[in-house]
Amino acid sequence: MKGPVTAEKEWLPEDWRGEIGELTGKKWRFRMTPARVVLLALGAISVLITVYRLFAGHEAVSNLNDHWPWGLWIGFNVLAGVALAGGGYSTALLANVLHVRKFSVVARSALLVSLLSYLFVMFSLFLDIGKWYNFWRPFVFWGYHSVLFEVFWCISLYLVVQLLEFGEIATERVLTGWHALFKKAMPVLLIAGVMLPTLHQQSLGGLYIIAVGKLYPLWWSMLIPVFFLISSFFVGPAMVTLVSTLAGRAYRWTVPTEVLQKLIRVSGVLMLVYLGLLVYDLSSRGVWGLVFKGNLEGNMFILEVLWMLIIPLVICWTPALFNQRKWLVVFGALVGSGVVLNRMNVVFTGMAGYLGGHYFPSLMEWALTIGFIAITALVYMFVAENFRIHAREEEIAPEVAEVEKGVVA
Amino acid sequence: MSKGVLVDVTRCMGCKSCQVACKSWNDLPANVPDVPEFSDGLNSPAETNGYTYTTVAIRTVAREDDYVLRFCKRQCMHCLEPACVSACFARALQRDPQTGAVVYNQNMCVGCRYCMLACPFNIPKFQWDKTFPIIGKCQFCFDPNGKLNRIGQGLAPACVRTCPTSALQFGEREALLKEARERIKKNPAYIKHIYGEKEIGGTAWLYISDTPLEIFGFRQDLGTRPLPEYTASYLKFTPYVAVGWTILLTALYLYTKRREAVEEEKKSAQG
Repeated sequence: MKGPVTAEKEWLPEDWRGEIGELTGKKWRFRMTPARVVLLALGAISVLITVYRLFAGHEAVSNLNDHWPWGLWIGFNVLAGVALAGGGYSTALLANVLHVRKFSVVARSALLVSLLSYLFVMFSLFLDIGKWYNFWRPFVFWGYHSVLFEVFWCISLYLVVQLLEFGEIATERVLTGWHALFKKAMPVLLIAGVMLPTLHQQSLGGLYIIAVGKLYPLWWSMLIPVFFLISSFFVGPAMVTLVSTLAGRAYRWTVPTEVLQKLIRVSGVLMLVYLGLLVYDLSSRGVWGLVFKGNLEGNMFILEVLWMLIIPLVICWTPALFNQRKWLVVFGALVGSGVVLNRMNVVFTGMAGYLGGHYFPSLMEWALTIGFIAITALVYMFVAENFRIHAREEEIAPEVAEVEKGVVA
Repeated sequence: MSKGVLVDVTRCMGCKSCQVACKSWNDLPANVPDVPEFSDGLNSPAETNGYTYTTVAIRTVAREDDYVLRFCKRQCMHCLEPACVSACFARALQRDPQTGAVVYNQNMCVGCRYCMLACPFNIPKFQWDKTFPIIGKCQFCFDPNGKLNRIGQGLAPACVRTCPTSALQFGEREALLKEARERIKKNPAYIKHIYGEKEIGGTAWLYISDTPLEIFGFRQDLGTRPLPEYTASYLKFTPYVAVGWTILLTALYLYTKRREAVEEEKKSAQG
């Protein structure tokens, strides 16, 4: 195998370049700060709860019951987690499959967020299932008539694909001899890495098709897979905006405003499509009356549409707001949390009327979710500080950088 | 031809011997949790759970100048086209085509609880207190390789066998439907509907009653379309989407890459 191109390694300090020293290399950086200590503590708590949950059962930890078989972990960690990871495949499609090079600046960060989100999802799923030692069974015994089967396979495969995609980044620093091979595999990985999420993002919504008559008609629709798919795509740029703002502050990484604007416009167009489809769907099923009924479901639905679609769309198509970076961040925050609200509405608001009984996540359920988020954030920081995740300014195309200066000035 | 049970609510006196028979035949603990739960003073437990496959619901019904009691046994309906079987991604739930029993195999189960979400009758329940919980649901006393087998050898399920008033009747589903129609025709007190005949494609357990079954929690909005059909009508697109989208993505990838290369060539030619 040909050795890696030296130019690609030049950004590394001298003493990192030895092949063996790479893994054992002493130079792994992780600066401890008070905030990180807090995150570590939260993470440690969630690890303890995980172990306790796996060996003590569900009742000892969660408030789930026969009325509420799915709760915070499936609703938030899995359904919302996968949706928010949508930034990975949407950015990959734009930057690396359609070769819109402008977006390459954010591609690696988006991939990392997505990869870590899927790990977060997989760990959450594993500790939510009852007979966790049986987790592998659907790989062998194919219940192919289940939507969950599609979800399970696609998420698992996509996780592998993302790990391999990350291999291209990782081998810049460790096991550098493999880098060329990973680079060669990238086209295949990229295409699989867009195709698989397209399938499971929609089939996560498809899970609820069988809950016909259970899920409130404002959310139950034969089109729910399409809604889940489109929203997972348009939440991508929102997440990229948020992450690049947070990471930008921490790592002096400036993603040009123009790049974010272009991404958000892609979102805006898809949100219009979503809105149009929603209007069509509500009309064709004749459930507009339920929207304005004034009950919990109706009001939550209105809130969701305003929060996730209408207000962000106003920001997106009002030049005075669209040209200010802080409004782009507001857009990101609204769409990101709006999509979470949509998933929560499907799992909780929309099911409450039918399921009856009571469910509110226990302290330990919350602590586990929060701790998992803390671990995800810590791992992001560690990887970002030790691998090339945030493209530096000189790597951004000069014309874009100029535009950026103009906008900022 | 598959088996079935006809439940005649007018004949049930609420003795709960079916409930006891079910517990003892299936080796289920008497009380989980330890303290028995009552609702409306008489129902115990109010609903089935991971250790209770059947319960008799007791309701007080107002008549013109009186109150009457009505009793109704609830358990898995053993659908002809079960939503739970279609929802199980590990093949832990299967319908036996010979008997029509919808059977849960705990060794295959992952514990994801999607069957609980899918079931239109809220039948599968979970052993929340166990480290390695299994789903609890009526197996129709079908256990071909185990010691709990009854209908596999042509015997009536334990609950039917023990019913003293023949409110429960076991037999071929078609024959039971005929019987039900006759009873309804003969006696004007019956509501003219056999619950389970057509609901979501039909169920093995059939109910006739002189009191609306809603009061026992039977859904009236089910329609006649089997639930697995909803999912199938969506899942059938998956292979086409997967193949078509891969081809399209590959084409776009190659096209945009080529376009980029051409542009760069132009640039370098100019430069």
